[in-house]
Amino acid sequence: MLSALIIVFREVLEAALVIGIVCAATRGVRGRGVMVTLGIGAGVVGAVLVALGAERIAALAAGMGQELFNAAILLTVVVMLGAHILWMSRHGEALARDAGRAGESVRTGQKPPRILAALVGLAVLREGSEVVLFLYGIAASGATVGAMFAGSAAGIVLGALVGLALYSGLLTVPSRHLFAVSSILLSLLAAGMAGQAAKFLIQADYLPALGYLWDTSWLVSNDSVSGRVLGTLVGYEAEPAGTQVLFYLAVIGVLVGGTWGVQRTRRAPVHP
Amino acid sequence: MRKPLGLLLLSLLLAPEVWAETPEIPLVIKDHRFEPATVKVPANTKVMLVVENRDATPEEFESHDLHREKVIAGGKTAKIAVGPLKPGTYKFFGEFHEDTAQGAVVVE
Repeated sequence: MLSALIIVFREVLEAALVIGIVCAATRGVRGRGVMVTLGIGAGVVGAVLVALGAERIAALAAGMGQELFNAAILLTVVVMLGAHILWMSRHGEALARDAGRAGESVRTGQKPPRILAALVGLAVLREGSEVVLFLYGIAASGATVGAMFAGSAAGIVLGALVGLALYSGLLTVPSRHLFAVSSILLSLLAAGMAGQAAKFLIQADYLPALGYLWDTSWLVSNDSVSGRVLGTLVGYEAEPAGTQVLFYLAVIGVLVGGTWGVQRTRRAPVHP
Repeated sequence: MRKPLGLLLLSLLLAPEVWAETPEIPLVIKDHRFEPATVKVPANTKVMLVVENRDATPEEFESHDLHREKVIAGGKTAKIAVGPLKPGTYKFFGEFHEDTAQGAVVVE
């Protein structure tokens, strides 16, 4: 039961952290609760479908289908996060200013980007498909199913609680800073996911590793809880491949550059 | 714009028949153990580990030395590209049953 708990907890934790940050970043945006819930629901359905099709997916691309699929999902989420971050940098300051007041203008003015639901859905799908596969395997084996499912349920609850804790913690950030803090957190999330995508592409032998730059497993191991949390939040990798670092830096560079570009456009005088 | 992109993605999926020439090395997971526990691989050669999970439950093939981790569902087989490697011993393990599932790739 303990092994089921640990394995399920780690996957749910990663999805919950993403959801927690996205929710905190969109505080005050009308309808975002619905969007996030829809996303989670769609993600769960998607995870089941992916788990069902796992064998077919894995067999694609000479047996590397699973890696390519994971990389594709991650990179799609990276692009969506990037689009959302840039959207925030256009509208975010207004949101941050008004989120403190119960201003109707904010609540009615800003539509929640549908991309939110898709983003959350994909994050849940990716982590969820591994959970579903694992649970299905346990069920198929038959032995001590009750204890395994109890452990899994506990893992889901614990993972969700950590996500909730992160969300609550972020809510204590003063409204005027929330926009900047959220942008940074989402950017690090995106960069970390790009790094993970690189890892999958390296494993699938699509990209060269370009050497392994350092090994800090003695400090924080990838598989430890703190390693997983850091891995999701800031893209921590104990032994990163050169290509992984490149992907990470590239995303940071594009987002910093893109946000700067958007800010410049906003500040430029408008000629009627 | 969409059509060429789609063709590119499709070709990426179909392209890697280059791996058809890669030597395949079978590995079996049974009773949460690797059989054989030691796998011999020639140095500086790309190989494909073909891992068959004969247990009913999933196992995660993981190796820090090889920088690989892949979940293999019960009763299924997965391919893991490895190498080219310098001579040495590269440990791997089954993450879900680490106490019994241990092995190493010996490169000579």
